[in-house]
Amino acid sequence: MEPILLAIENSAVGTAIRQSAWLFPTVETAHVAALALVLSAIGVVDLRLAGVTLRERGVDELMRAVLPGAWVSFVLAAITGAALFASNAVTYAGNPAFQIKVALLLLAGVNMAVFHLGAQRRIAHWDPQTLPPAAARVAGGLSLLLWIGVVFAGRWIGFAA
Amino acid sequence: MEAFTDWLGATGASMTIQNVTWIIPSVQSVHILAIAVLLAAVVTIDLRLAGVTRRGPSLAALEMRFLPWFWIALAVLLATGLILVVGEPARELLNWLFYTKLVLVLAVTALTALFQLRVRADDGAWETTAARRAAGRILGGASLLLVAATITAGRWIAYVVV
Repeated sequence: MEPILLAIENSAVGTAIRQSAWLFPTVETAHVAALALVLSAIGVVDLRLAGVTLRERGVDELMRAVLPGAWVSFVLAAITGAALFASNAVTYAGNPAFQIKVALLLLAGVNMAVFHLGAQRRIAHWDPQTLPPAAARVAGGLSLLLWIGVVFAGRWIGFAA
Repeated sequence: MEAFTDWLGATGASMTIQNVTWIIPSVQSVHILAIAVLLAAVVTIDLRLAGVTRRGPSLAALEMRFLPWFWIALAVLLATGLILVVGEPARELLNWLFYTKLVLVLAVTALTALFQLRVRADDGAWETTAARRAAGRILGGASLLLVAATITAGRWIAYVVV
């Protein structure tokens, strides 16, 4: 693992960010803004899936309106996140908060896949009911909790030695 | 101001925030979550105002559905921001970027209040004529830029050497 991490760290991107005074905060600002956008879009869908709010709108229609923007923001967050990681790959890989953040992101991905292959396949049967079925409500609530965890773990990276 | 930040930094409340290691990252995390909530409201309405998105509920309906979240999120942001100022007074109050951020927050709040008051008085206040739509595009675009500038200023506070 170590040689790969060192190679990432010594890549052109990693070196440039590490050696510049302004690149890290600039990329970090874009990362925080992109993550906040991801969260705002996913949060709206999650709250609707959980049946908490926006019950007058169908889940399918809401997802079509909101999720393309969420994906664009997610790609931006992933690219900027990878660049930040590259600037200090060895240290970040060993940072427990970073490890937890990656684990939570993977769990959020699994949760999304389970919803996609399960309750979402039957969406025509239950949408636009005001209250989605239990599987969809669980997916929404779980997603919200996981993404809140991603924010906490991410903020902790800078504080965990 | 330095006398004030010295005094504030020596108070019991500030000492607690400084010495309990989980308080600052937790409060910062809640601050970021509140930014996400505020963005859900602002971006939804500003993109529509700016003419980037066209379908879906009317601006008046979006205002009713999303803007209460703006004010809740703003209250949480001010409360968590205040805790962070008490915990690290010199980092914020001796920092020119902190005051820049405050001005930006005021501007975003003023534009949002302007949007809300006008659309509450008249459902079509930003949509029914070409002049109104043009004003809406300016308002939405300005608001988006100001929110982006606020987030940028906020993150850079940590990097300005006081």
